[in-house]
Amino acid sequence: MSFINYSSREINCKIVYYGPGLCGKTTNLQWIYSKTNPDLKGKMISLATETERTLFFDFLPLALGEIRGFKTRFHLYTVPGQVFYDASRKLILKGVDGVVFVADSQIERMEANVESLDNLKLNLADQGAKLEETPFVIQYNKRDLPNAAPLDEMKQLLNSSGLPDFEACATDGRGVFETLKAVARSVLRDLKQMSGS
Amino acid sequence: MHGNGLVIYDEDIRRIQAVVERLVRDANAKGVFVVDRNGQLISEAGEMRGLDTTSLASLTAGCIAATGGLAKLVGEEDFPVHFHQGQRDNLHITLVAKRIILVVIFDDRSSLGLVRLRVKKVGVELAKVFEEVQKKSEQEAASGAATPFSEITDDDIDNLFSA
Repeated sequence: MSFINYSSREINCKIVYYGPGLCGKTTNLQWIYSKTNPDLKGKMISLATETERTLFFDFLPLALGEIRGFKTRFHLYTVPGQVFYDASRKLILKGVDGVVFVADSQIERMEANVESLDNLKLNLADQGAKLEETPFVIQYNKRDLPNAAPLDEMKQLLNSSGLPDFEACATDGRGVFETLKAVARSVLRDLKQMSGS
Repeated sequence: MHGNGLVIYDEDIRRIQAVVERLVRDANAKGVFVVDRNGQLISEAGEMRGLDTTSLASLTAGCIAATGGLAKLVGEEDFPVHFHQGQRDNLHITLVAKRIILVVIFDDRSSLGLVRLRVKKVGVELAKVFEEVQKKSEQEAASGAATPFSEITDDDIDNLFSA
């Protein structure tokens, strides 16, 4: 849920990176953090286990610049991808303005991708929202791996409605900022539409 | 987008700020923060300069969300009051009107009893302010009044990413 503060002239929005365990959600945020001007970012917080698996969430506040005199700030969150952390995923999705679904391109992870996407739809429905009405982009991550599934197959499986989607390799940054820009743009367009213009 | 976002105007911030500054004095607190349940910082006062308030807001919201989940598990609606005791500083966190989180940081210049007492009174005041803020937000959304977004163009959005 966006927060517009007329006093500090700020617009704050929440973007959540969703996807199956080990698909690269945290790596996306780490890349963004490492490549962003220090003036534009806050501290990145990772609530992770000892083995660096996300336990609750990662958080990265990011400033994107000004629109009509208002500073736009995006709060990026990841969810824990492992199936048994569903209660945490539900909490993190609350008040979301836009979602990035990070799919793992490895062929053996296709079932996990589909399961996670279904779980996203269910958890959004739990808070009275529909994925179709939420700013949403898909990222096919790990495209560099030899066991990556053909892109067409992934699109057919995960993006039958032709939403904005991107190939990526979050470890070397390919596609990471393209994905972020697309979801941020989609969130701002959605806010504009909600304003009735 | 899910429902209408929170919109806060200058006059609302001034009212909230006045309440928060009074609470710092009355509770002998080091710092007081008002955070939206979604993790956005709304107001702050006190001597905690240099603190990473964005992180504080996000983690507080996470904390309230996690214990709210626990509350439901044991058949409670929420656990609206949290107290974290440290060696030097302590944190008192209260969920106000199910939407706003009031965080008080205090040390041995104050006491848990005093903080509790002051927070209880201020909570009622803040609840009233935010009820009005919410009403105003809803009325403006319903009337189609201009927001910063109603005038932005696709070019404005694209320009944000051109750098």
